[in-house]
Amino acid sequence: MVSTTPFHPRLAELNTTQLWAHWAGYLSATQYDIAGKHEYFGVRNAVGFFDASPLYKYEITGRDAERYLAGLLARDIRTCRPGRAQYTIWCDDAGYVLEDGVVFRHSANDFLLTAAEPNLSFLQNQVGSLEVSVEDVSASYAMLAVQGPRSRAVIAELAPEVGELGYFGHVQSKIAGSEVTVSRTGFTGDLGYELRIPADDALAVLDAVMEAGEPHQMRPFGEQALNILRIEAGLPLIGVEFSSSRYAFNEHDRFTPDELGFGWLLKGIDDDTRPFAGRRAILDERATGASRWKTVGLSVDGHAFEQLFYEAGLIPPKDEPPADWETMLYDEHGERAGYATSYTYSPMLQTQVGIARVRPELATIGTTVHVEQTVNHVYTTVPATVTRMPFFTPERKTSM
Amino acid sequence: MTDTNRYDAIIVGGGHNGLVNGAYLAKAGLKTLILEQRHLVGGAAITEELHPGFSFTTFSYALSLIRPEVIRELELTKYGFNPIYMPTSFAPMENGDYLYLGPDRDENIREIMRHSPRDADAMDRYEHDVGRVLQLMYPLFDRVPPNIFGKTPEDAQDVAWLLGHLGSAEPKVVHDAVRLITGSISDFLDDYFESEILKGYLAASSTTGTKVGPMSAGSGFVSLMMAMGEHDGHLGSWSFHKGGNGGFTQVVATAAQAFGAEIKLEAHVDHVITKDGRATGVALQDGTEFYADTVVSALDPRQTFTKLVDQRELPGELVEAIDRFQFNGTSAKVNFALDAAPKYPALGDRTDQYRGFVSIAPSVEYLERAYDAAKYGWYSERPYLDTCLQSFLDPDMAPPGKHVMSCFVQYAPYHLKGSDWDTERNNLGDTVQRTIEEFFPGFSDLVLHREVVTPLDIERVVGLSEGNIYAGDFLLPQMYFFRPAPEWSQYRTPIEGYYQCGSGTHPGGCVMGAPARLASQQILKDRAAKA
Repeated sequence: MVSTTPFHPRLAELNTTQLWAHWAGYLSATQYDIAGKHEYFGVRNAVGFFDASPLYKYEITGRDAERYLAGLLARDIRTCRPGRAQYTIWCDDAGYVLEDGVVFRHSANDFLLTAAEPNLSFLQNQVGSLEVSVEDVSASYAMLAVQGPRSRAVIAELAPEVGELGYFGHVQSKIAGSEVTVSRTGFTGDLGYELRIPADDALAVLDAVMEAGEPHQMRPFGEQALNILRIEAGLPLIGVEFSSSRYAFNEHDRFTPDELGFGWLLKGIDDDTRPFAGRRAILDERATGASRWKTVGLSVDGHAFEQLFYEAGLIPPKDEPPADWETMLYDEHGERAGYATSYTYSPMLQTQVGIARVRPELATIGTTVHVEQTVNHVYTTVPATVTRMPFFTPERKTSM
Repeated sequence: MTDTNRYDAIIVGGGHNGLVNGAYLAKAGLKTLILEQRHLVGGAAITEELHPGFSFTTFSYALSLIRPEVIRELELTKYGFNPIYMPTSFAPMENGDYLYLGPDRDENIREIMRHSPRDADAMDRYEHDVGRVLQLMYPLFDRVPPNIFGKTPEDAQDVAWLLGHLGSAEPKVVHDAVRLITGSISDFLDDYFESEILKGYLAASSTTGTKVGPMSAGSGFVSLMMAMGEHDGHLGSWSFHKGGNGGFTQVVATAAQAFGAEIKLEAHVDHVITKDGRATGVALQDGTEFYADTVVSALDPRQTFTKLVDQRELPGELVEAIDRFQFNGTSAKVNFALDAAPKYPALGDRTDQYRGFVSIAPSVEYLERAYDAAKYGWYSERPYLDTCLQSFLDPDMAPPGKHVMSCFVQYAPYHLKGSDWDTERNNLGDTVQRTIEEFFPGFSDLVLHREVVTPLDIERVVGLSEGNIYAGDFLLPQMYFFRPAPEWSQYRTPIEGYYQCGSGTHPGGCVMGAPARLASQQILKDRAAKA
């Protein structure tokens, strides 16, 4: 039977639509109120909150914790100081991506890793002879994301020290009498914070946050709004952009970090003092130019898109929620160029955008590819430009 | 003559159309100067902090008709374009009930059924029929109107295109279009609906900014113009720009400057300098002169043809047509700073109804009676109010917990019989406040500050003749290839090098940017032909 998160009693009152998705076995609101897009704008213009409690959380402690993570994670954990967090990935020995997550460093030997999928036995199996303990603390904490330009004002009212927090920094705060870890992280590409709260205190902290947010028009947002937000932010989602290579049936379902656009995480890969899982294979891939794909942003030619529908006697559908399927891409010769894993209308950019994988030679910024569309029940295409990601990245996201 | 005063193109007026036109010309590589008489750009699309901490959209207050082409071609998203979706519409009723619509069709059906079970499926038919008329109209919106009086092969081609376009539509769609364009919205709505509140709500926009009542011929046309708006492809839906329409015009100004346009503020143009029937520049009131062989007026037709240039340089027929051109400003604005959100008794403490417009227009009869006053030279005793608590959409508009409320007021005719607006300004404010109080008891206690903007104020501050918000009424004889005058609907004027790009040209007013975009195309085409 599906579970509910510690915030559920309050969220159930707020969810006037009673639309719920299932996320990691928990009820997760699809949309709280009349329109997912209204919640989207709440985040982009004011502040919204999202229940991220279903994430798995692993406490990694012990004398060898850093060494352990340095060998496991593709991003160099040694560069992460206490009080900082890192978005990270981990790979298999063949250099394919297993999963992604965020790792928080509390002290020299004390880390917390969040992930979308269960990983306890995998993580424990990697310990070997090291002095490391991996504990699943998923149920001990609730997670609340507070995101948007007003999020700083809301959280700083409860915990003034948060005002000084840099991007991907975190701090221990006391909110509503509870010990809360506040990090300047999120999945919206905007200014935002995430609160990790002892499960028993979840409602008290949520109530305090809601009270502080009330004068700022804060409202809850559900998965539909989050999905548009994270695509605009160019953030990949496991299960959508990629799945763990461990469960791939063939080579079409596993990808290397470079193919997924994670190359930037591999800074320092040439440093022989840190042999992490998959390193050798990734170095080989780079040496031989073996990458099959590159991950790029796609921005559809809005005029061409509108004309396509007007000329077919239709009103252009400009406000569809993110597509649940892959969208095929073609080059100028009609040959397969790749595919968009996420594709949505962007209210900020006023056109369709997508996160796509294309053949490496088509990844140059400004290249035109053709996106498959169905018009009057017939396949056709509309031109799109290969762009950088994120599509939307306000200065406030990282500024002090 | 110094080089510093020489430009390729000079635009008179830094309202949204002047800015859009300037941005297009600068983008095309022209050395462009935009001259604005006030201390800020935006014209009627400005946001001002008239009470500490409270931002008011003094005049224009919503964004919807802005053409998607303008946003894309001027890369406005790069310069901060940030629309905010307005998902709901709330219409209070005289008996304390209400009509509350949102983006969910099925919920709307349930809501309409409370008022009339018959009207629920009628709404689907109505929206579909109007949608098909809009689909027919859109291509006309985004093109220079054909010169039906022209004799060139190009004119013949344009007319053939128009006839072909109309001829390709289904007969019912063309018939619906004609019924809307020439008839009253009241008659049109009666074909679908029986509920008074639904008809009042739908009819309200048909009166916006123009001196017609919902029972007048021509109200269907205004309604159609208002429905041309879209937000992300939702026809007829409205949005708000971050920071109000002043926020929007700042974005356009930033884009124009990024393309290389220069903007001069407090530069009051006295007249356009002409030589041998050609425009050569402009002279400011302080005597400064700027030179360019392209001069564009973003002002309304009266200013463009009778103030900026000497009428004697124009054909008599054009001068007569401009003299006949109806302005008849009939709208006012009352803006409030509020200590808290008003309460609607039937909804208790709820405030979710403020996520979109609150329309005080409980029936067609209410609207028509409001119009009666205007016919006889007075403002409505119980006006139609199109209101919005914009701070619910954008919290930056007011301090936390407080609100700004924009109230568009119809009818308040520019020409008052037996009084004047300086005398009546405060009475109009009281009338509006009393009307709101009637539906939202306790409203007056929340008012921290009130700003009344009469048609006279619109004229004085912004320069729009008779305070007409569209720079000329939306009446059929002054639309499309008649806007602003027969033969002069293609943004040119009889003076070579002198162009018009304001809302007084096709397709008309509202923050649309379309006139300026089309004008820039004509200008660039003419310059290329000359080169």
